Amino acid sequence: MTTMIGSRPKPSPAARIARMHKQGKLTALLLFLPPALVLFTLFVIWPIFNAANLSFFKWTGYGAIDNFVGMQNYQRLAKHSVFHQSLWNSGKLILASLLIQLPLALMLALLIYKKTSANTAFRLIFFAPYILAEIASGVIWSFIFDGDFGISGQIATALGVEPMYILADRQYAFMAIITVVVWKYFGYHMMIFIAALQAVPADLLEAADIDGAGRWQKVFYVKLPLIMHAIKLSVFFALVGALQVFDIIIPLTNGGPSNSTHSIVSYLYTYGLAQLNVGYGSAVGVVLFILCMVTAFSYRRLAIGKGGAL
Amino acid sequence: MKSLCLGAATALGLLFAGSAMADTVRMLAIEPNVPQGRQYYLDVAKAFEAENPGTTVQFDFLDDTSFKSKLPTLLQSSARPDAFFTWTGGVFNEQAKAGVLKDISSDFSEADRANYAVSGMQAMSHDGKLYGVPMYAAGVALWYNKALVAKAGVDPKSIKTWDDFLAASKKIKDAGIVPIVMGGKDKWPIALFYGQLASRIAGTDGINAADKGENGGFNNPDFIKAGEAMKQLADLDPFQPGYMDTTQPKAAGLFGDGRGAFYMAGNFLVGAQAQNSASGKGLGDDLDFITFPAVEGGKGDPADTFGGINGWLVTKEASPSTVPFLKFMTNKKNQTEGGRLTIWLPIGTDAQSGIQDPRLREIAELLSKAPHHQLYLDQLLGASVGAALNDAAAQITTGDITPEEAANLVEEAREMR
Repeated sequence: MTTMIGSRPKPSPAARIARMHKQGKLTALLLFLPPALVLFTLFVIWPIFNAANLSFFKWTGYGAIDNFVGMQNYQRLAKHSVFHQSLWNSGKLILASLLIQLPLALMLALLIYKKTSANTAFRLIFFAPYILAEIASGVIWSFIFDGDFGISGQIATALGVEPMYILADRQYAFMAIITVVVWKYFGYHMMIFIAALQAVPADLLEAADIDGAGRWQKVFYVKLPLIMHAIKLSVFFALVGALQVFDIIIPLTNGGPSNSTHSIVSYLYTYGLAQLNVGYGSAVGVVLFILCMVTAFSYRRLAIGKGGAL
Repeated sequence: MKSLCLGAATALGLLFAGSAMADTVRMLAIEPNVPQGRQYYLDVAKAFEAENPGTTVQFDFLDDTSFKSKLPTLLQSSARPDAFFTWTGGVFNEQAKAGVLKDISSDFSEADRANYAVSGMQAMSHDGKLYGVPMYAAGVALWYNKALVAKAGVDPKSIKTWDDFLAASKKIKDAGIVPIVMGGKDKWPIALFYGQLASRIAGTDGINAADKGENGGFNNPDFIKAGEAMKQLADLDPFQPGYMDTTQPKAAGLFGDGRGAFYMAGNFLVGAQAQNSASGKGLGDDLDFITFPAVEGGKGDPADTFGGINGWLVTKEASPSTVPFLKFMTNKKNQTEGGRLTIWLPIGTDAQSGIQDPRLREIAELLSKAPHHQLYLDQLLGASVGAALNDAAAQITTGDITPEEAANLVEEAREMR
């Protein structure tokens, strides 16, 4: 972080406090900072350190935490093939979010951002999946993919072909999950883009018209540059969101078949919590936390930092 | 002055009576499989309250998964229940070791103990101390659909060995019928086959030795053999299409709808295949069972049963009425009633008379006569090793790993435990 004081000499801490006191800021600070600080420490900072500490122990959730195992949990993690698969799956989710979900959302936003009643109806329809609870969407889609009683089974029966059991197939199960994730979240990104597109000044578009810009030229040279801040924000949400996918996977495949469709979070839940390896789960949590932090900060530096403020 | 004394005495008396009477027993149960189960618990609680005025019994129900994930935190908090449901096995051992349970050995005289099956009392004990009261047992059987096996020309009663079973499965498949309905998404239904094979091949003693890490733990040749037998079955492709995306309850319904010939499950299937079937009726009299076949050269006794033992564990600092209530709930009358309502197979001695379904009565008798009752392996081994075993069984079936790799997977988890 760079500070704005330039070449001026730094005032001593005492002098700074005295100045704050004179300006009446000190009272406000002492009054308003502690509650927020205490709550933040208690519910954010402390659990992080607690989990980091737990990750060096073997603990089943029962009894005292006294079985210190050093880096053993991390070594196991590094060797576990299911964890490698879940990392790769989370990677696939990130790619799908960036390459399928965001372009789709952007395209739809460009089509329906103008305020007309038909567009409002479409916006509502496209946004509806986002409002549904994740677990409910997972359950609904598990019925859709069901080859016996579900919609895909009925379609297959109607067409007279063998029903597909998508979620039972190692090759396709994760594609099904990606489909549901894209379906669920594209509406959210679309809304961000719509809000940004509506803020594009009409006179700039008019000027482009007068200059003879075509439809696509207006999109690429006027609209997209002007909503770049929203796109960067969306990418950020998509990245972090993809790393945290969990509640869609559990009802759809529960990580199966053969543990091939775990995300990092569902891996953490299955191997850490459900199997009562709390220390191991904490180690996964620490890895996930580091991944999220690295992603967030490097993205901030690379994309947002250079392009100015969000 | 006199009235004041009287008043004080009354107040004091009320206070004492209050502390003795206002005893609450808080029970944490899992959501019963059958609708009448919940009512049964509430009725038993009401009857106990009527006999012991002032005592309140409160039942809380949680579904299996939330129960398992909430219990560790709950047991270590002051909000812990007085007694809670248990599948016994490895998780119970962890709880006993952690000191969250109450030793109730002294509350049970020899005469009290005689009311329960020996295997039940053993399952509730750790290091020779009794921590709970058994309530019911589950026995796994190979259920079949009489009409479908007849159509395929197979006589299940003649199946005595694993090879017979494989041959029968092949014959059924050749007749265009699904040999086995499987709820593979839940994994443990597949592991029932793996566990049963292990108990026939390695025997109860072999399994206990492996659990302790003797003779190479699960890398023992017997477990590899069990995996190979499992693979022989999987190679026939005997399950319905999409079985890896079928949950156990759905599979029970498919079986009840006549979508396959065999189904491996505990006694609960009699109710579940009817309730979960599309018709709501299930197979009716077309449902029957055989015991799991012997494996040639195996060390296990073919008369050994396989399944669960369930009951209630008492937590430390449990309220004084907890043990009396558990004794009441598992007395002969209530045990018999539970059997009559087909909620479960009672574990009390002489409590089988209430069971009306002849198939269930037969399973109850097999359980009481069995030389050993092998606890479900995923429960015996505890949460993490149990899950590894279920994974191993599922992945042998899908062909993702070899029997050797499967045995190694379980052994690795055991060493980490």
